[in-house]
Parts: sequence; structure tokens; C-alpha cells
Amino acid sequence: MSMTISQKILAKKAGLDSVVPGQLIMAKLDIVLSNDITGPVAINEFEKAGFDSVFDKNKIALVMDHFTPNKDIKAAQQCKQCREFADKHNITHFYDTGEVGIEHALLPEKGIVAPGDLIIGADSHTCTYGALGAFSTGMGSTDIAGGMATGEAWFKVPESIRFNLTGVLNKNVSGKDVILHIIGKIGVDGALYQSMEFGGEGLKSLSIFDRLTITNMAIEAGGKNGIFEIDEITLDYLKTTIGDKREYQVYTPDPDAKYIKTYDIDLSQIKPTVAFPHLPSNTKTVDEIETMNGGEGVKIDQVVIGSCTNGWLSDMEIAAKILKGKKVAKGVRCIVFPSTQKIFLECIRLGYAEIFVEAGCVFNTPTCGPCLGGHSGILAEGERCVATTNRNFVGRMGHPKSEVYLASTAVAAHSALCGKITI
Amino acid sequence: MISVQGRTHKYGDNVDTDVIIPARYLNTTDIKELAAHCMEDIDSDFAKNVRRGDIIVGGENFGCGSSREHAPISIKASGVSCVIAKTFARIFYRNSINIGLPIFECPEAVDKIQKGDELSIDFKSGVIQNISRDEQYKARPFPEFIQGIINAGGLMSYLKERV
Repeated sequence: MSMTISQKILAKKAGLDSVVPGQLIMAKLDIVLSNDITGPVAINEFEKAGFDSVFDKNKIALVMDHFTPNKDIKAAQQCKQCREFADKHNITHFYDTGEVGIEHALLPEKGIVAPGDLIIGADSHTCTYGALGAFSTGMGSTDIAGGMATGEAWFKVPESIRFNLTGVLNKNVSGKDVILHIIGKIGVDGALYQSMEFGGEGLKSLSIFDRLTITNMAIEAGGKNGIFEIDEITLDYLKTTIGDKREYQVYTPDPDAKYIKTYDIDLSQIKPTVAFPHLPSNTKTVDEIETMNGGEGVKIDQVVIGSCTNGWLSDMEIAAKILKGKKVAKGVRCIVFPSTQKIFLECIRLGYAEIFVEAGCVFNTPTCGPCLGGHSGILAEGERCVATTNRNFVGRMGHPKSEVYLASTAVAAHSALCGKITI
Repeated sequence: MISVQGRTHKYGDNVDTDVIIPARYLNTTDIKELAAHCMEDIDSDFAKNVRRGDIIVGGENFGCGSSREHAPISIKASGVSCVIAKTFARIFYRNSINIGLPIFECPEAVDKIQKGDELSIDFKSGVIQNISRDEQYKARPFPEFIQGIINAGGLMSYLKERV
């Protein structure tokens, strides 16, 4: 029977020839992920249930990225609990301050996630790895506790929505604009419980990092996962991360696979797009924004460039090119944080770090801190921030009456120089 | 736990996990502390006003956003006996069952229930009785094994009971 990419992976991991949407399956997991926020809850559940060993020490990832470097005593306690658990069970992929990156950038970079894998993570942006052809989805800590113990989890096989991409992206338009455009079109529950499958000729125009940005935000459309067809661009990237360290399986959708809906997206029609508070679906194009408020546009207090959505080296390069030799507008605070230590080091080697500091930006180590209003970039009442992050809910970055505008790195960097949303 | 009765707290569509429990309080797993900040950014008096047995009513896509289990945990620890919404976000739905927080999808009930209404809910039949308005709505009840998980107080206790 014909299947989508997601169905094929789920069938394989459940040991079945085929699966249909709605089917409940028990499936074997390749990676079980949690972090310093969700890890402690999972560890408590794991220990409360009386488990004394993990299913495979090489298939568990514990990444101390959210409130690190430890923002306060309680955060330090949570990391300590994870560290002790990792030590006790000899967890291979435990990443602590100094070697940590934001989990969804770190796992691809280290070649821990691969095409055909089935991955669950106690972080909703676990859907990121779908850009590499894996089925990966966010779950809660209790599911992660069960996964760490048994290496299995139950799934309801999702329906799939197909996004056929055509055309070529225009200058100053990126994967971020593509996913904001799509969420603006289908809504924050437009893909609720469903798989978002991306393919088509337009893939050629999307770098691997554009794709990782797109799948990162599948959850913002309610999606269970986002998944890309694999092409030369994916395989070239995997050569640099996985090489011949392990084998993996590339799945393609059957030509007559069943989709609940199909959208044709012409990439050449997409303009720089920003999501206004307080939903990722509340989108406007930058040309519309510039004419708002009688031509004044939307003034800002802070810019955040980084996160698991847009903290890739390509984002740092875009930001550095725009900020080079210029100064951040007076009254605007600009915080740049690459998503991994490796990218951080590259920023130093390539001179980007110097450009950022000369421009008046803060250049910070990898952390989830500002994105979720944890630390290192919190907003006061009434403040506005343009952020390359993935959520703009009420209070997401600080005070409940602050505002987050989601944008691409190019929009964020240009806005930092101008003091208002622009490109 | 076959049925519950309580007063409603009503909210709109897309109640996200960041307003249910803001990330700034995720540096603890202490359920009392989490409960103290439940719904803080959408209803700053919630923790003060909520009484044991109360029921939260939301619109579409309740619990969207983060995978933080702290969200349903904070609701349950506040004493809330059940959440009714038109639809739930996927991870929140799964987390609620896993931690033993009863939830029901019932668009009709959500449209008709007003803030402060007194409800009684029968989990087995899915019947929601609006005592204040003398109305009745029907939600689809949970299958037996899901009811079993909720009765056990969550997935881990349920699994433990079975081994």
C-alpha cells in the first residue's frame, strides 16, 4: 500500500509492513531527548516508577541548554540532577555547559540524528530533525521517562499534509519567511495532530539550514512533525556530520501516497514576513509593516538573533554582513547568540564576533535563555522585540505586556540598525 | 474518580503553555510552586480564586506551544478537576492523560458554558451537566484504558499497577 514518508518510518519502527492514519502503534525509538527543564521531571518519573537502568546509554540525549549557564540556584539544582543521572547511567550524549549547544542545533551538528530515525524529545521543537528526513516529535516528560526505560513509545499514525514547493527564493527571503508565510496561511492549528511533508522542485532553493528552520516551527502550526524529502543538499550536509559513522535509511513518499490536504507554495512569491504578537500565525509582510502607523512603522527596543530556529552559522553570516561597519540604533539592545559552541567558535574565527561587538551587540554563548523568557534578554513592560525565535505568546520573552515579533535574521539585523521593523 | 463537580474558569482560543505556566517558573519541579503561578499571565488572580474541583473551559487548540508537562501538572496541582475545550494541542492532550488530568473535547459545551457556571461531569458517560443553566452536553468519553490511566493518577502509576 502507498505511504507518506512519516508512515514509512513509523511502519518500519513498529515492525509492520504498512500503517494507516489513525492506527495506534508501539514503536522502537532511536533517540530519546530531554533538557534541563524537562529532564528533571522525566528523571523523577523514571525513578518513582522504580526503573534502575536505561534501555540504551547511546540513544539518550540530555542537553543542558535552557537555563544555562545556570541562571539561579534552582536552575543549578536541576542541571545537577540531570548530571548525576547521566553519570549514574553513563549516558553518552550528555552535554553540559562548555560543550552544550541548543539541543535542536546540537543533535544535527553532532550527527546524532539521521534520516529514517524515530526520535522523541521532551521539547516541542524536537520536530526540527524532520529536515533531515527523520520522524521526530515533541512529547512530555512522562513519555520520555517511559522511552528512556523501555526504548519504545506509542504513537497514533498521523494524517499527512503535503507542501509542494516550487520556484526560487528572492534575495533577503529565507526559510523563516517560508514557514511564517505557511503558518499565516494555515493557522496555529492548521496542522493539528498532522504531519507536514515538504517536497518538490523548490527544495533546490532551500539550504539545509532553511529547512531546519522550517521544520523547527512545524509545531507552531500544531503539527506532530515536519519532514522533508531528502536530496543532494541533505546528503552533502550529512557527509559533514555523520559521514560513515553510522548507516541510515532514506525514505521517499510513494507517488500515490494519500494526503489529507496539498498546498502548492511558490517560493518566488514569498516576501519577508513577520509574525506580530501574540501568535505565530499573526503575519504581515515587511512592506505592509513599514507603512503602518502613518508611515512610522513599528519601533522596537530589542533585537534577538539566535535560538534553535535561527542560530545556524548561515544566520550568523547574514547578520554579520548586514551589521559590518555599522552601529545598532540608539535605544535598541541587540543580542546575538549562535546555537552551538562550534558555531560560536566559527563566529570568532571568521571575524563575525568582532563585527557584532563593534556594532554594539551583545554576543552570547548558546542558550535557550532569551527565547523563552528565561534569562539573558528579558523584556520589561511595554517593550517590543524583533526576534528570530519561534514563539511570540503573551509573556514569552518577559513581562506579560511585552511584545515579540518573529522574523528572519535579515529582518532582525536590519531592524536593529534602523530601530524599527524593516529589511 | 467517576465524576466531578465544580465552578468554571473560562478562557478563549489558543491558551498556550507559556500562559498556563510561564517559563520563568520552570526552574522547579515542585508542584505547589508551579500551582502558585498557574495561568498567571492570562488570569493573574487564578491561583487566588481557584477552588478544589474547579473546571477550566477553553476554546480551540488549548495547551498549544511547549511540551512542558509542568503545564498540566500546574493545573492539576491547583485543584482543577477537569479541562473542557473545543480542541486540545497534541502534546498537551497526551501529557494530561499521562499525568492523570481529565480532559474533554466538547465544542457545544464550550459555546454554552459561561464563566462561573457550576458543572458536574460524569467521566464514564462523557455527560457534562450545567447545573447553573440546567443544560446537558455530551462529550465523547475516554476509552477504558485511558480512563484507567487517569484513575491511577497517571501513566507511570498505571504501568506500575499492571506489572
